[in-house]
Amino acid sequence: MILENEFETLPRDELEQLQVERLQSTLYRVYRYVSFYKSSFDSHGVNIESIKSIQDLAELPFTTKEDLRKSYPYDMFAVPLRDILRIHSTSGTTGKPIIVGYTKNDLRHWTSCTARLLAAAGVDEHDVVQIAFPFNLFTGGFGFHQGAEQIGASVIPSSTSPPEKQIMIMKDFKTTVLICAPSYAVNIASTLRDLQIHAESLNLKVGLFGAEPWGENLRGQLEEGLHIAALDNYGLTEVIGPGVAGECQLKNGLHINEDHFVVEVIDPKTKAPLPAGREGELVFTTITKEGFPLIRYRTGDISSLIEEPCACGRTTRRMRRVTGRTDDLIFIKGQKVFPSQIEEILLEAEGTAPHYRILLDRQEGNDTIEVQVEISESYPAFDEMKNLERLRDTITRKIEVVLGVDAKVTLVEPRSLLRDGGAKSRRVIDNRKI
Amino acid sequence: MLKIRNLESGYGKLRVLKGISLHVSPGEIVIIIGANGAGKTTLLKTVSGILKARAGTVHFEDRSIGSADMEEIVCRGCVLVPEGRQLFGTLSIKDNLTLGAYLIARTGKHREVKQRLDEIYELFPVLHERQDQLAGTLSGGEQQMVAIGRALMTGPRLIMMDEPSMGLAPLIVEKIFTTIAALPKLDKTVLLVEQNARASLGIADRGYVLETGQIVLSGTSRELLDNHDVQRAYLGKDYKRIEE
Repeated sequence: MILENEFETLPRDELEQLQVERLQSTLYRVYRYVSFYKSSFDSHGVNIESIKSIQDLAELPFTTKEDLRKSYPYDMFAVPLRDILRIHSTSGTTGKPIIVGYTKNDLRHWTSCTARLLAAAGVDEHDVVQIAFPFNLFTGGFGFHQGAEQIGASVIPSSTSPPEKQIMIMKDFKTTVLICAPSYAVNIASTLRDLQIHAESLNLKVGLFGAEPWGENLRGQLEEGLHIAALDNYGLTEVIGPGVAGECQLKNGLHINEDHFVVEVIDPKTKAPLPAGREGELVFTTITKEGFPLIRYRTGDISSLIEEPCACGRTTRRMRRVTGRTDDLIFIKGQKVFPSQIEEILLEAEGTAPHYRILLDRQEGNDTIEVQVEISESYPAFDEMKNLERLRDTITRKIEVVLGVDAKVTLVEPRSLLRDGGAKSRRVIDNRKI
Repeated sequence: MLKIRNLESGYGKLRVLKGISLHVSPGEIVIIIGANGAGKTTLLKTVSGILKARAGTVHFEDRSIGSADMEEIVCRGCVLVPEGRQLFGTLSIKDNLTLGAYLIARTGKHREVKQRLDEIYELFPVLHERQDQLAGTLSGGEQQMVAIGRALMTGPRLIMMDEPSMGLAPLIVEKIFTTIAALPKLDKTVLLVEQNARASLGIADRGYVLETGQIVLSGTSRELLDNHDVQRAYLGKDYKRIEE
């Protein structure tokens, strides 16, 4: 079902008019109220009055994750804190997290964005929606919660509980829609097998999976394992949270809510805009947000755009499923981890720059992460077992506290890890099939 | 119906509109709010052809009217009710109204003029009763009715109004706004410029906030009413603490 025909099926020229209007007023507001944008535009010699079309957006400077991090906590807000109704944040994977704020209108728009995704997945007021995303600073839980309530569905905020408990709720509460991270859905599917519960005996009919990239391989696995239609959706806290884009039932690209977000795809190296169809880095500009507007935000996610209208009737452009990252960000159990963060922790614990390797795997539906660390010969009394055990436990605890993942830490002999000329990419070995 | 993109306009050296983009869809009531000097009147004058645009495009029903003369724009179905009514005070109500139908009367369709006049009287019965009274002797509210009636006599599809509530008592304002709210039912689309944000947001579908020649905010009436900047600047909301 198409929830908001007046926006989702607008003729392209009318949509562009709307985008230009909203973009221009957003630019005036950020220039006035956010010192970062004023100095960024001024130092790049950009006059916002010269932005007369969506194509002109290319004249504006980018905003990066680093810029947002420097703004901690509130420097990127375009309204006083008094006007903010809700605060969320990124998981703060490297250093300080990014804090985002929503005004009353922002929450209203966000709600309608996730409601559209749910409607596109065929969810309506007869459905029982189980949201197994954490309900905390992370945007996934609350974002979908609002949208599902707007649709009129019965919402179960099951949040983060063990898969057995999720399955009990699913079975007893007659859940029809599951919303969570795809890796967690795999976990649920394998627990179902362990408990010898047939997916057909449940009432599940559709799953909306997002917050980390996943592929067609996993889609097949989840559709079979949970006996559902598995749909992909895309969003990130900085832009708004879930609700930026999502698949309709045709599973042929994710419809972008273009009346709220202007999308560009750029070459990550030259930073030049790429035409539809070419793969590159996704860049988003928010055009309705009041609290935390973003101009040309580089997401680090790799995808491409589909311009041809979808058979579902929506006229919004679609993005193909995200295929990777421009950086080495690792998605694990719904958390985002940069190898550099692990490196920092190791450095702190060991006192010298360590050689290490990160092994990712999936066992019985569970994502596992193993960090292999070479012991440095300079480590005091490195041949004493007790010291080594203490070191290992310190690293394990530190990773858990800082990054929120329980990693298996293995200490290995000095110079035992292969050194391919120090190539960073070889430091992460991902054996998960996604 | 009306699509404006990057419109620039002004007087002499004074640049008032600095690249305005907005649109009005058929059947909508759209309001533009802004303080004195923001450029509201300049915008309407430019769209209606009284002022010439310096840059940008104006499309009315998919045809450009950016360089059209004002009488041609009226002919195409886009009319302005100017600020301060601008009636002919020494003419009767009926004559003032009939003047609005000048373009049709010239083509000899007198029966149509009569028919339109009847429609206006139906909308404003008080004008019928006093049709021979001189317009200059009417109250402000009645004069505004005549001004709106005169604009409707041109048979417009888009009617633009420049501060119809100006100088009127609150009760009369309410009456005028009730009339404006009913215009979409008569297949008239409305673009309204107002300082009285509260009353006009009550009847409008959407709105734009104009500040120093730039549109800084747009949204549905509900969204604008919920925006704190609009509340502070145009709805006179007070804050408890002085630093707010």
